[in-house]
Amino acid sequence: MPPYAIETSDLGRIYKIRGNKKEKKIRKELIALENVNLNVERGELFGLLGPNGAGKTTLIKILTTLLAPTSGWARVATHDVIKNPELVRPRINMVSGGESSGYGLLTVRENLWMFSQFYGLPSKEANERIVNLLKMVGLEDRIHTKSSDLSTGLRQKMNIVRGFLTDPEVLFLDEPTLGLDVGASRDVRKLIRDWLDAGDSRTLLLTTHYMVEAEELCDRVAIINKGRVLACDTPANLKRDLQRDAIFEIETSQLNGLNGPLIESLPEVKKAALTEIEGGAKLELILVNESGLGSVINMLTQKQVKVMRLSKREPTLEDVFMELVGQKMEDVEKEEAPDESQ
Amino acid sequence: MKANDLLAGSTSEKSTGWRLFLKTIVARSYPRVIGMQREKSWMFFDVFLPMLAVAAYVYVYRAIGAPEEYVGFVVIGGAMTAFWMNVLWSMSSQLYWEKEQGNLALYIMAPNSMMAILLGMAVGGLFATALRAVAIIALGSLMFHVQYTVTSFTSLLLVFLLAMTALYGMGMMSASLFLLLSREAWHISNLAQEPIYLVSGFYFPIKSFNFWVAAAASIIPLTLGLDAMRQLIFPSGALLGFLNVTVEITVLIILCAVFLTGAKYLLDYMERLAIREGRITESRR
Repeated sequence: MPPYAIETSDLGRIYKIRGNKKEKKIRKELIALENVNLNVERGELFGLLGPNGAGKTTLIKILTTLLAPTSGWARVATHDVIKNPELVRPRINMVSGGESSGYGLLTVRENLWMFSQFYGLPSKEANERIVNLLKMVGLEDRIHTKSSDLSTGLRQKMNIVRGFLTDPEVLFLDEPTLGLDVGASRDVRKLIRDWLDAGDSRTLLLTTHYMVEAEELCDRVAIINKGRVLACDTPANLKRDLQRDAIFEIETSQLNGLNGPLIESLPEVKKAALTEIEGGAKLELILVNESGLGSVINMLTQKQVKVMRLSKREPTLEDVFMELVGQKMEDVEKEEAPDESQ
Repeated sequence: MKANDLLAGSTSEKSTGWRLFLKTIVARSYPRVIGMQREKSWMFFDVFLPMLAVAAYVYVYRAIGAPEEYVGFVVIGGAMTAFWMNVLWSMSSQLYWEKEQGNLALYIMAPNSMMAILLGMAVGGLFATALRAVAIIALGSLMFHVQYTVTSFTSLLLVFLLAMTALYGMGMMSASLFLLLSREAWHISNLAQEPIYLVSGFYFPIKSFNFWVAAAASIIPLTLGLDAMRQLIFPSGALLGFLNVTVEITVLIILCAVFLTGAKYLLDYMERLAIREGRITESRR
């Protein structure tokens, strides 16, 4: 069996957080990662999907040798990230969404050249690659622009080129399309796919909380929440179980006291998520079967809630997340999430 | 265009070992060297403003009838302030800025040595600051008609190189210290700026102090470096010198070894701590 590009075993990370002024000496523990077991094959585009604070960035930091786990072990490109970081580092690169790395007074080309030198890339080759990669993300006309003069989106494109420039064995992209517009995100996704297709041994680990991105790009996805991997499979397999269920979206008038738990108390309703929209609410339902819809409509009618629109749709990864966690991802994010920066 | 075309030649060998170390130094010094050409404001802030302080001391010395060598002492001291400012603001505080910008994590994650990153900052800073120092000396010498009588160019060059190595070594060491000790590095830099102007004798001979005060101030490499340079380029420099030039050279060599070793040790410690706790590489932006 060929060795994995990324392997983790019972990987865990606990942060110790100082208390506030009154409780300075009291140190609280925050479990950022717990018993994470993952095997990512070479050539795979693997997605980590989860809300903010789920532990995605902590996991990436461990895999990129920037953070030590408090339990378990991890190997990247067959080398242990803690025992042999010097063997891991030449083989990896990482780009984070919204990062502001580099120097504003240097041009795009100069910034990228500088980072390429830290990996020992020959200058001539680095410059050729910079031009080509910038063309691919549509940034070639800004090659001589100071990076301080770039918009946030263009700067993010430059950062993404930095990651690909060293042609790593394993590339980590942490929320790469964060803050990018639709067109720029599409360019980045195309670059990711093309880069992977160009070499069998290239592996990419991507974290995102955009379900569509994970669904479109990833060969396999791990859904992570509160530091634990809840499921790991191909997007199609993850959705397969839900295909037996019936998924409906109902737009209604004001809810008149109706809430999610009340709807979930109906026997054929597996999950119900409510989102306020202009002039009413959107109700997303996962039902055991279609006949369950009747009892939901009855309940709405009894509460004098008008149905404005009703549609049935295919399951998405968002539904998988809701099934696993019991809440929509955006609802989880609204709750007080653990701060990964501690 | 496909990615396999884009990355054509990606099989060529990447540098490792000493070649990677040197490449890293050159690459990290680049922003400092190029920065001088792009930000012309240094001519005002780093040449014109220090010249005002130099002029003030020159007029005071002339008003009280001090020996004419003192004018030269002030001009040389004024030029050396540029190096102290550079070490304080662009070396000691630099890892803190790099962390805030998100570069520190990328530096640690890359296969290069962090020592090479710091050396790159030092080399770039030294080059850029040397131009400022030369500008101050040229301008001051022209304005105040300073006469130089160099007794030994070799010794002068040796003292300058040793003083700079020790000074930038100290900057490299304090870069990790500032990062470890404080979130607000600029407060420490502010605190260290003016007192060092005083105790290192930028505008007067260090011999004016009590022996033990001067000896304590000698931990800042510019103190002995400046004193030795003044002894080597002014006729009465030796009379006003704190210690014999040979002794000062010996102490500077020791300081070079201590600071560079300290820099390596603290850098390794900082990296270990960063990986253990995960705080140091976390940008707060």
